[in-house]
Amino acid sequence: MSEQQRLLAVENLQVTFDIMPRNAWPWTRPQPLKAVNNVSFTLNEGETLGIVGESGCGKSTLARAIMGMVPSQAGKVVWLGENLRGLSLKQLRKRRQRLQMVFQDPLASLSPRMTVGDIIAEPLRTHYPDIKGAELREKVDAIMDRVGLHPHQKNRYPHEFSGGQCQRVGIARALILEPKLIICDEPVSALDVSVQAQVINLLKNLQRDMGLSLIFIAHDLSVVKHISDRVMVLYLGNVAENATRAELFANPRHPYTQALMAAVPIPDPERERAKPPVELEGDLPSPMNPPSGCVFRTRCPLATEYCGKEIPVLEDKTGAGHWVACHYVEREEKLN
Amino acid sequence: MFFSDKHAGMGELADTLAEDAYTEGRSLWRDARRRFMGHRAAVASLLVLVLLLLFSAFGQFLSPWDNESIDWASLPNLDEDGVPSLASQHYFGLDPIGRDLYQRTVQGSRISLMVGVLGALTAVVIGTLYGAISGYVGGRTDAIMMRTLEVLSAFPFMFLVIVLMAVFGRNVLLIFVAIGAVSWLNMARIVRGQTLSLKRKEYIEAAMSVGVHPLLIVLRHIVPNVLGVVIVYATLLVPEMILFESFISFLGLGVSEPYTSWGALISEGADAMWTAPWTLIFPMLMLVLTLFCFNFLGDGLRDALDPKDR
Ligand SMILES: Nc1ncnc2c1ncn2[C@@H]1O[C@H](COP(=O)(O)OP(=O)(O)OP(=O)(O)O)[C@@H](O)[C@H]1O
Ligand code: SF4
Ligand SMILES: [Mg+2]
Repeated sequence: MSEQQRLLAVENLQVTFDIMPRNAWPWTRPQPLKAVNNVSFTLNEGETLGIVGESGCGKSTLARAIMGMVPSQAGKVVWLGENLRGLSLKQLRKRRQRLQMVFQDPLASLSPRMTVGDIIAEPLRTHYPDIKGAELREKVDAIMDRVGLHPHQKNRYPHEFSGGQCQRVGIARALILEPKLIICDEPVSALDVSVQAQVINLLKNLQRDMGLSLIFIAHDLSVVKHISDRVMVLYLGNVAENATRAELFANPRHPYTQALMAAVPIPDPERERAKPPVELEGDLPSPMNPPSGCVFRTRCPLATEYCGKEIPVLEDKTGAGHWVACHYVEREEKLN
Repeated sequence: MFFSDKHAGMGELADTLAEDAYTEGRSLWRDARRRFMGHRAAVASLLVLVLLLLFSAFGQFLSPWDNESIDWASLPNLDEDGVPSLASQHYFGLDPIGRDLYQRTVQGSRISLMVGVLGALTAVVIGTLYGAISGYVGGRTDAIMMRTLEVLSAFPFMFLVIVLMAVFGRNVLLIFVAIGAVSWLNMARIVRGQTLSLKRKEYIEAAMSVGVHPLLIVLRHIVPNVLGVVIVYATLLVPEMILFESFISFLGLGVSEPYTSWGALISEGADAMWTAPWTLIFPMLMLVLTLFCFNFLGDGLRDALDPKDR
């Protein structure tokens, strides 16, 4: 494969929220909540990274931290060779031209008192105040057409649209500045299954035609399967596993990923029955009070005493880009 | 700081806001007008308010009397000669010391409506911006802005008025200054509360992620969405300001003779209501009418500004 341009590299990113205990005195120390802990990954131009994890594992927080919309406490976010952490708000706003986001709740992410035309035009007006009148209208029409909306609908308000259409508006808004990367935070979770497929296909086509990179966040593997080049599995703010899609689905190594796979139904009763019975027990621990050692150990079928003492580091176990954070996944010699 | 960067100067901000309504004429405002026109009570109220405004501006030309001279001929027998009558051209009768009540009501309307509308307008403009910025920026800025507000509202306000009067003399203008100074405090608090809840909405986050200037986020996304509450509260403020003025006048600190206001007229009328009920009835009718109209107008505006209201 030819050398692709490195778009984004996240290194040991850490986001901590200070939570005041309930009924606390004003002088009590707030408790730290590690929403994102030591997350690292890289993304090349044109690639799609799927991020999967249960609700509350820090997916949205990771996305916001990359965008610089929540402050991060440590690590680096290297965007096109430049660390975004530590940039001023003004500098960040400028970078956001090439770095856009699509949100989980399609209707709630559109201003209720703006027409969708105005909503889609807003990024252009923000970054290119000189584009006005007919030229602006033309661009809005073109992008609406591109995402499968009728340009004559631009005078309508968001509440007059269906969820899928609202999400198309959100995508159009993210697209109009011709960004290099769009972070989609659970863009289809709120939609009907049939509409989910349409939106995912739209994103896929856009990516192919415009050479976009995507970070695609979802809470189950089946959604991510169709669109990702790489998949990263998060658990309680930590990376459990990160591998190419083919590797991950053929050969899941981390016990958590295996459990997630088991939860994905296979549309073949024979194979469905033959699936290994790896089931998740118990609830997600509180991120305020994570387990010592490996954060997954309270629910891991393979956990030993050692897992409670040592934190497993994220390692490339095969040397071919299959990263796993578990003490009991064997290191393999690199094939060939 | 949030607003320190020079990306969008104020002039540019104004341009950008004006440009907002580019999409073939369908803007929040044009739509709002259409919906408002469908609200019959509100349109009727607006009409009545316009008539009231015309009355206060030009009503004095309809009567040969004026607002300060005493009708000596009718004075000896006020209970009978002071009754409202077209024949004597005292349309609203005479007040307890024999002045033409019609002219006094016209002149009082001018003061009261001005006080009410200007007070509410100050509240809307200053209060909304102050509250929205405080709530949106949050953190230390919010704390400082809100503490300032508390200090201002804890200030003994009558004392301020008295000091102002003592320094500058009795002056109608001072009433406006004084009312402007207090009217926006509650509005700012209400808007801040609303902003705090709006700030967590995804569309605000979306605007941030697009890179919109924080001041524009406040003006374009927060203000239109708190406007419903603001307008309803503002229409309640108008009568409140009118009553507030009458309170100041009652203490002898507001308008001074021969000038008057609805509040002053009503308090005079209340004293004479058993012998000359018209001295109470006419100014009170004016006040009640205004109050009703502003309430309906507020309802109409609130509905008009909500695109979900078809
Ligand atoms: N602004 C905040 N202040 C305090 N805690 C927060 C804040 N935002 C998120 N959290 C906490 O951080 C953790 C991760 O939240 P996050 O929203 O990133 O999860 P998520 O993976 O996106 O979940 P979901 O699938 O439900 O969207 C949660 O425990 C949440 O309570
Ligand atoms: S380190 Fe231990 S607890 Fe963690 S996933 Fe591996 S086996 Fe399970
Ligand atoms: Mg989320």
